[in-house]
Amino acid sequence: MSTKNETKGADNQRQAPAGERVADWADGRLGIYSLAKANMRKIFPDHWSFMLGEICLYSFIIIILTGVYLTLFFHPSMNEVVYHGSYVPMQGVRVSEAYASTMEISFDVRGGLLIRQMHHWAALIFVAAMMVHMMRVFFTGAYRKPREINWLFGFLLLVLGMFTGFTGYSLPDDLLSGTGVRFTQGAILSVPVVGTYISMFLFGGEFPGHDFVARFYSIHILLLPGIMLGLLVAHLILVFYHKHTQYAGPGRTEKNVVGMPLLPVYMAKAGGFFFLVFGVISVVAAVATLNPIWSIGPYRTDQVSTGAQPDWYMGFAEGLIRVMPGWEINAWGHTLALGVMVPLLIFPLVLGAIALYPFIESWVTGDKREHHILDRPRNTPTRTGFGVAWLTAYFIMLIGGGNDIVATHFSMSINTITWFVRIFFFVGPVLAFIATKRICLGLQRRDRDKVLHGRESGIIKRLPHGEFIEVHEPLSQGQLHTLTSHEQYVPLEAGPTVDENGVERKVNPVHKVKVKLSKGFYGEGNQIPKPTVEEYKEISSGHGHH
Amino acid sequence: MSSQDIPEENLPQEQGAAHGAAGHGSTAVAQRADDNPFADPGLPAHKPRIQDIDERAAKRSERAVALMFTLSMLATVGFIACFVIFPVDKLVYIWPFGRVSALNFSLGLTLGAALFFIGAGAVHWARTLMSDQEIAAERHPIEAAPEVKAQVMADWAAGNEESGFGRRKLVRNTMFGAMALVPLAGVVLLRDLGPLPEKKLRTTLWAKGKQLINMNTMEPLRPEDITVGSLVFAMPEGLGYDDHEFQKEIAKAALMIVRIRPDDIKDKRELEWSHEGIVAFSKICTHVGCPISLYEQQTHHVLCPCHQSTFDLADGARVIFGPAGHALPQLRIGVNTEGNLEALGDFAEPVGPSFWERG
Repeated sequence: MSTKNETKGADNQRQAPAGERVADWADGRLGIYSLAKANMRKIFPDHWSFMLGEICLYSFIIIILTGVYLTLFFHPSMNEVVYHGSYVPMQGVRVSEAYASTMEISFDVRGGLLIRQMHHWAALIFVAAMMVHMMRVFFTGAYRKPREINWLFGFLLLVLGMFTGFTGYSLPDDLLSGTGVRFTQGAILSVPVVGTYISMFLFGGEFPGHDFVARFYSIHILLLPGIMLGLLVAHLILVFYHKHTQYAGPGRTEKNVVGMPLLPVYMAKAGGFFFLVFGVISVVAAVATLNPIWSIGPYRTDQVSTGAQPDWYMGFAEGLIRVMPGWEINAWGHTLALGVMVPLLIFPLVLGAIALYPFIESWVTGDKREHHILDRPRNTPTRTGFGVAWLTAYFIMLIGGGNDIVATHFSMSINTITWFVRIFFFVGPVLAFIATKRICLGLQRRDRDKVLHGRESGIIKRLPHGEFIEVHEPLSQGQLHTLTSHEQYVPLEAGPTVDENGVERKVNPVHKVKVKLSKGFYGEGNQIPKPTVEEYKEISSGHGHH
Repeated sequence: MSSQDIPEENLPQEQGAAHGAAGHGSTAVAQRADDNPFADPGLPAHKPRIQDIDERAAKRSERAVALMFTLSMLATVGFIACFVIFPVDKLVYIWPFGRVSALNFSLGLTLGAALFFIGAGAVHWARTLMSDQEIAAERHPIEAAPEVKAQVMADWAAGNEESGFGRRKLVRNTMFGAMALVPLAGVVLLRDLGPLPEKKLRTTLWAKGKQLINMNTMEPLRPEDITVGSLVFAMPEGLGYDDHEFQKEIAKAALMIVRIRPDDIKDKRELEWSHEGIVAFSKICTHVGCPISLYEQQTHHVLCPCHQSTFDLADGARVIFGPAGHALPQLRIGVNTEGNLEALGDFAEPVGPSFWERG
């Protein structure tokens, strides 16, 4: 010990380089060396699909940067002023200060329009990237133990992202966003018992009142992003702590993580990718104008324009509210507006289904082990089928949300489209589930063939007796391993209905459901048995290919 | 670059020897591989890139990366130049975007390039010059080892024992009570966010004797102003665009007026409440409150452009399509002594979206 200290002392006398001295200073206070030891050369696996989460992170950072800039110029006030800015067609029009300041950002602040457009574009990309990132995590089973909590964090980020987006695009107080706020208020009114109270409290009185822009503003720039920032940090800490998942392949196991170190490769790639995303958003914002509030005009509660659409991530809710039949129950002096309330309930239920699925799956499998090797979607047909069914319902509702746009662009009857959406919201997911499952099973069979008979080489060989055969090339051991390393669950058995004495055995109904589901997930016909070593040996020994 | 150009000492060594950890794995597994063809053969050997073995290729990559970083610098200079040069209101024609703001367009492109080339440079650097050798790191189970868990449980028990948390139930329960109650203070504070609903949603500005003011001309409407096939919007006398509460009042009082030949009116009450076929309905959709503004002259159908609820104005404004739950409220109108249209009272039922207390 003492000699060590002495050498350390000697080192200090030699005067370390400035960077090291700063690091020493920080280490003495923050313990950064221990932190760096664990993380500086942390291994991250490489795959293009792992970049989707990065897009979410980077667009979030871009939203914060551009958002802070916008707060320097935006006035979250509904006080009425007469517009006198540089956009001539709007001069002399009564607008709110929120609208006027958004106009000023767009027309008088140099670069203001660009930042506003970048902010809005980044928000659209943020939510889209979260959905696609979630799809990657879902279809590869990356949410399995130990990552269920992180899945929920991600899900919450998606939901909060949608509402932060909504409160954000409502701020300019233009005709389009005001229509969206009115829709929200109408939906709130449909809530039994407390609907009118929530509406009065949210808007500070009757709609629209003079408060909602200021209130949405504090929710949009402080409350929701604050929660999201916390969730995001927790999400990233867990990614670091769990270490990233990886796809199956030679040398990749449940016990290791194979990839490149954070410093330098991942830092350069990920850091560089931030600038790529930022740059692309900047160019997109410059060439494709979103939400042109100058041509939409200020909000008036008695005016509306045709083709009113929310931002895309609210299209699903818009679809629900458009295609729901207008059922209304009047009894005992009260009104139950089912036509609005039911969509308001289905919205969280559909979103929640995707959040809860991992827990249902782990309950069915009863698997308590950690999983770090990702599934190929084809190897989990039920999960993949469910995911595609969910997406089908989602996209059919997006069509419902844009039924007027579809009708005018494709010269179709809006009634037909609405009825199509009403029916296919239920039928579509079922069809999608069946089709997806069959495709998955087909792909599993193909993998099985590939393992047992090799890869089709495309070379046709003519045998001496005239027969033509295609030459199959055997796979390398690495490929064989990759295609056979996945695990196949064995479905649960219900057990005998009578015990050894012939007396009827009571089976827990919950367990019955579990057995049923387990059979549906992993029973015969729901997965193709992967080739066994014996099968492989029997085919590959002796008569070679085919 | 053919392989002859590559100096001997830069060529990759034979597989296996070069890759420490991976190599060990592969030999270990290779022994078992005889009986299991599906066994994990271990990490494949690293395949060198051209930059790993040819310094000239590496130099080219270096120059490419530096070029991209330089382009980024130039783009930033360009960004500042554009900011200074272009006036904020200058429009230019750029195919295929049409007439665009020169400042916005140039700032976006230069900023985009400045950022993009940093990213492209960094990624190119990582892909061509930094080591691309895959490394395997061990994972450790997330859950604690049994000893750790035992230690934690013991610590917890000690904490519980020392505090008397489990033993002194009175302390514990009153603490829970206090913690459960204190958030109520926060809830109470929210009370003044808004007034109570009371009857506010049931009434509008319309009242007996209020004239119907044409929202375009701001003149009282006269029956002869309204022809079959036209759609007129009206607001109650006394309401002005400058009023502090204009938005709130017009959100409830907005009125649409059409003239239908009395024979064509199918609903008896509607005919009674009309004046010579002039009918006045609330403009606010009963679905979620959008203003209805599309009128089909031949059929007297009106369509809400938000969610496509369609109402038949010739038949009590009942819903004929879409998500609205009930008909549009009608305003009973007549003509006053000056020959102007006037309301004969407020709407008989609340306008706009349904709510629990509506009944």
